[in-house]
Amino acid sequence: MKLIITLLDHLGKRILSSVEELGKIITLFFSVLLWMFRPPLKAKNIFKQMEFVGVRSIVVVVLTGCFTGMVMTLQSYHGFRLFGAESMVSSAVALGMTRELGPVLTALMVTARAGSAMAAEIGTMKVTEQIDALYVMAANPVKHLIVPRVIAGVSMVPLLTVISDFVGIIGGYFVGVILLDINSGIFIKNMTDHVQESDIFNGLIKAACFGLILTLVGCYKGFNTRGGAEGVGRATTEAVVLASISILVSDYFLTAIML
Amino acid sequence: MIKLVDVHKTFGQQQVLKGVNLEIEDGKTTVIIGKSGGGKSVLLKHIIGLVKPDRGQVIVDGVDITTLNDHRLNDVRKKFGMLFQDAALFDSMTVGENVAFPLREHTRLSEDEIKKIVADRLGAVGLKGIENKLPSQLSGGMRKRVGLARAIALQPEIVLFDEPTTGLDPVLTEAINQLILDTQRNFHLTCIVISHDLGSIFKMGHKVAMLYEGEIIEHGTPEEIKSSVNPVTVQFLSGSLEGPMNIM
Repeated sequence: MKLIITLLDHLGKRILSSVEELGKIITLFFSVLLWMFRPPLKAKNIFKQMEFVGVRSIVVVVLTGCFTGMVMTLQSYHGFRLFGAESMVSSAVALGMTRELGPVLTALMVTARAGSAMAAEIGTMKVTEQIDALYVMAANPVKHLIVPRVIAGVSMVPLLTVISDFVGIIGGYFVGVILLDINSGIFIKNMTDHVQESDIFNGLIKAACFGLILTLVGCYKGFNTRGGAEGVGRATTEAVVLASISILVSDYFLTAIML
Repeated sequence: MIKLVDVHKTFGQQQVLKGVNLEIEDGKTTVIIGKSGGGKSVLLKHIIGLVKPDRGQVIVDGVDITTLNDHRLNDVRKKFGMLFQDAALFDSMTVGENVAFPLREHTRLSEDEIKKIVADRLGAVGLKGIENKLPSQLSGGMRKRVGLARAIALQPEIVLFDEPTTGLDPVLTEAINQLILDTQRNFHLTCIVISHDLGSIFKMGHKVAMLYEGEIIEHGTPEEIKSSVNPVTVQFLSGSLEGPMNIM
């Protein structure tokens, strides 16, 4: 009985702290919105973050998208062949990439790369009193540090998703047409027949939401770092884990709303 | 003038400040001394509003800053500069960008004017020509001097120093002490310094305040503190293990 009570106590504490953390992240979101529309906006900072989040993630996103498209084509082909429906492979790959895999995998890769870096950089600033220095100089850290990163995340992740979708389909074409001998005309026709603008558009809306989540979580964890180098390491890990889980959970709810 | 009135602060179970009463004179340097972990940095952070007391007042030029909203608190903060213990320079910015930061944030000066002021402030701390270096390329002493240049960029009225000479060799310690003295004199500043270094304390302090067990137990001129008969002050100044100050 004591064990059950202890377990329930731990569970209850975890749930309460998770809800409290969610509340703080939402509060940070509103603070970001407030400061986003207060001039002046530092364009140089924003472009710098866009270059970091977007441009420097291109290689990893291209690799992820390309190989995802390729493996999806391979798996779909062998599955669909059981029903004599090999010609539907291109539709499955294109729909899978644009609706789900493009936005989700892109967001996860950017989380691992940029989200972790945000948590580490801001966490290091926190433990070395650079955030306090901003406050002392009457400068708001949300405006200077978090707003540029959020803008970069929301704008760049959809663009990276477009690249991911494109190279995923190219990769799928290579595997399907070149390696598996699917007719090229059928491959392209079925893809264009079954993929609607809304599939692509909904995927990009998801990508923007994921960009918001990964940057907010990364910045939040960095901002609340305590305890020196160990704290920075812990914050970075927690940022990646929390952002990744949040992306996957929100993916379900966004999909349910859009379908 | 800065005045702390009955300031209390607790973190978790630990009560750090237990009714601090302290007046800081304008245009003078006040040095706050006390044992390590005794709450000196916490006290300093109260003065600039980085920490709010659980009870009590922090009055700056007649205004209780504990009652101010963020916007008005920022107006008060523009009167301050602060040199943090490790300088707290922004790693991603050059030395020039660090010193220019408060100027770009709070003034409408042209880039040429900002460049001139940055060069002037760096010159005042003996670091001409290093605008393009990154903080990671500087020694500890140089970082502190850049931190000081940044702290005085806007010509504040009050500058706070959190252990400015901790971790520095004796020669550099003396150089920083002299820099603080010269800066205070040349810019007519009110300075509040936290220090453990007895040489620094008595060289630059017009007034010395002893913080012990969350309260100011002594406040006077360096001569008065040196000749104090308070057993805590005597133990601290002599560096003795014997006395009421428990080091464990």
